[in-house]
Amino acid sequence: MELLTPSPGLIFWTSLTFIILLLVLRKFAWPSILRALKVREETISFALEDAQRAKEEVEMMEQKRRKIIGEARKEKDAILKEARQLKSEILEEAKEAAGKESQRLLEKANQQIEKQKHDALAEMRETIGRLSLEIAEKILKEELSQDDKHKKVINTYLREMNLN
Amino acid sequence: MRILFIIFFLLVTSLNLQASSEHAEEEGAVDAFGLIMGHISDSHQWHVIDYTNRHGHPVHISMPLPVILWHDNQLWFYSSDSFFHAEHPVKIGNDHLVLEDGHFYLTDHEGTIIRDGQGSITNPSPLDFSITKNVASMILSMLLLLLIFLSAAKAYARYGMPPPKGFRAILEPLILFVRDDIARSQIDEDKADKFVPFLLTLFFFIWINNLIGIVPFFPGGSNLSGNISFTATLAVFAFLAINIFASKDYWKHIFIAPGMPFPIKILLVPLEFVGIFIKPFALMIRLFANITAGHIIILSLISIIFILKSIYIAPVSVLLSLVMFMLELLVAVLQAYIFTLLTALFIGMSTSKTEH
Repeated sequence: MELLTPSPGLIFWTSLTFIILLLVLRKFAWPSILRALKVREETISFALEDAQRAKEEVEMMEQKRRKIIGEARKEKDAILKEARQLKSEILEEAKEAAGKESQRLLEKANQQIEKQKHDALAEMRETIGRLSLEIAEKILKEELSQDDKHKKVINTYLREMNLN
Repeated sequence: MRILFIIFFLLVTSLNLQASSEHAEEEGAVDAFGLIMGHISDSHQWHVIDYTNRHGHPVHISMPLPVILWHDNQLWFYSSDSFFHAEHPVKIGNDHLVLEDGHFYLTDHEGTIIRDGQGSITNPSPLDFSITKNVASMILSMLLLLLIFLSAAKAYARYGMPPPKGFRAILEPLILFVRDDIARSQIDEDKADKFVPFLLTLFFFIWINNLIGIVPFFPGGSNLSGNISFTATLAVFAFLAINIFASKDYWKHIFIAPGMPFPIKILLVPLEFVGIFIKPFALMIRLFANITAGHIIILSLISIIFILKSIYIAPVSVLLSLVMFMLELLVAVLQAYIFTLLTALFIGMSTSKTEH
């Protein structure tokens, strides 16, 4: 068959053409094309990686921010709580101090009253004794002779009375 | 728009065929077989157009091609014009040369052609290295490929980073397809990139020649990728690429068949050995048969009009050939892909270290 018979001329020219194409394209075309494609692919993948990393970083910062805000809020709460406690403590203390002071003043006043009362009683007793003596002296001067014995009796009675 | 073009192509082809058929009608019947064979075989001139001028004289316009012959240890150069419609044989050294049925034969000074009983010519032939129609269209394809890829390479060197524009936007997916889905998916990762330039060249060389073959008028219409010499040569290159870089394990697998019992080895080793040659042989036959078959079908569909001598069958023929043209466009890229893919597959098998 004519169709299936290879012709040496065409084989020769095909080989020559293919070899020329292969050599020329391999030297001048494919390397720069393939390199450009590779460089672009790598750039894209690097860029994607960078974007991913940046996204992660942003997320991390967001988390950090949230954490800091949370901590600050907690701290604020703690400070407020402490302040409230301090306030109530101060109030309590002040109240206590005031109570004590008033107690002290009251006691002092009581003591003074007691002392004055005591002094007044002693003075009264002395005055009453003196007055009684004077009265008795006057009575006895008139009625009795032995005033020593009567004075003694009156004093005994007065002590027994003790004017409480 | 593309469909309009194809219809235009079809019209032009049918015009050519009409011219041929008129010629055939003088003899009585349409020689569809001869016509188809003439269209799919190689030729020493590049046919452009035939028509009958207003004086009723047939005009044949074709491009003459250089004829290069090796005879008497010497190269001989002619123009193919001097052989067509020549009344006397052309002198070549002490002998004479005649172009008969597309081949050159050495004859006596009267140009006598001696035929044997079956009608085959028994005259001796010189070695023919002529730039035939196929060679010319191959050179055209080479120039196209060089133009496309050298300018693409320049563009890539300059604007490699931004997304491809214009012509590169078409080339780039194909280049990436060959690199990723043919080379890298079939060949081991560390070796794949070494074969990418070869596979890219192979793919685009076959594809562009398939496409030039589909164009039905000058400067297309050659049946280069449907020529057995062309596919055989490419198969030889595939064979070399498969076997030169083959690993030790590959040869061991073929000649020793490790792990097999001895009787099976006796069967297996010759089979594997023949397999080395059958693989590229199948590549050769597949490309040749697919492209030639497509051309024969389209030409046959058009010939139906002239065989039946009816204008009413023409729409059917044209519609069917339109479908075939679409299919041929697909086959053109598909066969280039299959040839390249199988070459890559065989390279992958021969260079891999683990699989065998």
